[in-house]
Amino acid sequence: MNLTLALFLIVVGITLVITGWAARRTRTTVQFWAAGRGITGWQNGLAIAGDYMSAASFLGIAGLIAFNGYDGFMYSVGWLVAYLTVLFLIAEPMRNTGKYTLADVLSYRMSPIPVRSAAAFSTVAVSASYMMAQMIGAGSLIKILIPTLDSTLKPWFNWTVFGTKLDPSITVVGLLMMVYVIAGGMVATTWVQIVKAVLLMGGAVLLSFLVLLHFGFNLGGFFDAIAGVKDKATGLNFTDPGILYKYGQKQVFGIDLALLDNVSLGMALILGTAGLPHILMRFFTVPNGKAARQSVVWAMGLIGSFYIMTTFLGFGAATLVGKTKICATVTAGCKPNSNLAAPRLAEYLGTQFFGGTGGEFLLAFIAAVAFATILAVVAGLTLAASGAFSHDFYVNVIRTHILHGHVSDREQVTVARITAGLVGLLSIWLAARVGATANAAALVAGVAFVIASAANLPAILFTLFWKRFNTWGAVASLVGGTLVTIWLVAIGPGWTVPVNEHPAFPLQNVGIVSIPIGFALAIIGTYLGELARADRLAEQKFHEIDVRAQTGLGAEPVPAAG
Amino acid sequence: MGIDSPLPSQPSARKQEEAPGPGSTIEDVAYWEGLEHTDEFRQLVTARMRFVLPATVFFLVYYFLLPLANGLAPGFMRTAVIGHINIAYLFALSQFVMAWLLAWFYIRKANNVFDRLAAMVRDRAARGRSSQP
Repeated sequence: MNLTLALFLIVVGITLVITGWAARRTRTTVQFWAAGRGITGWQNGLAIAGDYMSAASFLGIAGLIAFNGYDGFMYSVGWLVAYLTVLFLIAEPMRNTGKYTLADVLSYRMSPIPVRSAAAFSTVAVSASYMMAQMIGAGSLIKILIPTLDSTLKPWFNWTVFGTKLDPSITVVGLLMMVYVIAGGMVATTWVQIVKAVLLMGGAVLLSFLVLLHFGFNLGGFFDAIAGVKDKATGLNFTDPGILYKYGQKQVFGIDLALLDNVSLGMALILGTAGLPHILMRFFTVPNGKAARQSVVWAMGLIGSFYIMTTFLGFGAATLVGKTKICATVTAGCKPNSNLAAPRLAEYLGTQFFGGTGGEFLLAFIAAVAFATILAVVAGLTLAASGAFSHDFYVNVIRTHILHGHVSDREQVTVARITAGLVGLLSIWLAARVGATANAAALVAGVAFVIASAANLPAILFTLFWKRFNTWGAVASLVGGTLVTIWLVAIGPGWTVPVNEHPAFPLQNVGIVSIPIGFALAIIGTYLGELARADRLAEQKFHEIDVRAQTGLGAEPVPAAG
Repeated sequence: MGIDSPLPSQPSARKQEEAPGPGSTIEDVAYWEGLEHTDEFRQLVTARMRFVLPATVFFLVYYFLLPLANGLAPGFMRTAVIGHINIAYLFALSQFVMAWLLAWFYIRKANNVFDRLAAMVRDRAARGRSSQP
């Protein structure tokens, strides 16, 4: 049997054992959504880091650096600094006031029906875009890394669902993720995430060590080699900024387009993380605010070290392998694929230090780790999306407030499992449908960050810190921020293939426009709500959330084990 | 409000699992507002804001300096410092150090100061409730 397939089956086996173990601990809602609030600070830190170090950042950033040099590193910087926003403003208040979802926090002050529906809408929009990106990436990666899997399953997929032919690789990922979430809920998702984070860190440390070993632990020599790699289009060294962001070429509104794009990307990275539902949800799994804070610091240590290592991986691939040889099948003049920088580097280093079998093994190991990464991240996203739908919309809007019924714990868990299944099936179908457009994956993931910062972040921050904020403001930012972002991306460049040369909106990263609009909508909505005298309770109830968020008084307790 | 002044008790102390809804009463509002006006709570908010506001402004400025400098002064950023290691790379690396340092300062402040003040507010709330006849 093929080595990659064997390692891949081992990884899947481990995760299924974890799920089986977790399933026995997942009976109540607090177990399903929040792992019984029994995850410790460092465990949650590993899981947050796992949620964050998706295949996009592991393979994607290494690839960006391998192909564009320094500019690829900009993503790494933004993604780490983003956690300061989370640490200072979000983590502890979330744990202190929340239960399972973002909307729990908002509905302390706001009218539950509109605000929960609006939060469910923005959460599903963020999670769906992030998930599609991951699944499209997963599909194309598996085809390259484990071609036997795709070709073996191909004959079984000769039919269409609503006009779309399902993709074997995407379907396998989708089905596995559904098993984790439906059977094991948050407990399984967290532990799959932890195992994957450890594997990923291990892989990155090993590859970085071997790169440095190759250069005899001489950083100066390493950088001499990097500076020796030149970008063909610009003639710049790989150590220099300006290869990916071609400064000084095009202008919009009298400002350099590349600069605007770069700053705009930075805004979405720095502010978006604090509004990502699957990251916010992690803070409900720990026993108290102090553990929430500790988990962010653990995550920052891991994520930071990991992203510094991406420069060794990326620059290592650029110097040792070279862009022209980073392809699915390496032949003269083959088509380079940046996602394969880390796997090809692993193959090169393995061969150099351990011979041909070593190269094959390291390549297979990195491929299996990348696969585990994708599985874990999509599981977390499914949980967030189904939480928004079943907990916020079904249980708290329809059953509690519209039908005025009592919803038993058993019913809540059942509904949660059913929605997780539906979210999974829908994303398999959507990913197969959108997957046809080649360039979509990275763009769709970027959209998730912008919606999170334009829609969710204003709603969270103002709910916690602005006394006058009310239901109208919250709904305006949650719905308006989401719609404006999607609209700007749709009329911008890069959405259509081939790329539109004269788009109605010039920037690929829309954050610099849509984030201020999201905040402005929250403020305008609030004042309009005041004029309409729509929601006078929100201001009075600020005292309650203020005290709760700052002190943890009356926070959701840790249920007794059982 | 002095230490000995009575705190409004929470008349409709709801079960903790229950979702907070539109059921909160005027007495509820008075209870939370009373806690908000205690010295302990004010100290907590002031201490936290005194750290969080300047730290947030600092890291935002420091972070956005990097893309701005790369775009506006590429020549300067490409200046080699040690061998081929240039200012752009060192500045990017310094962002990691900056983030870790700020996180460490925050944790120290939170463990030593914020947690103690928050516990005092919670104690006070507990005493307020137990004084209920």
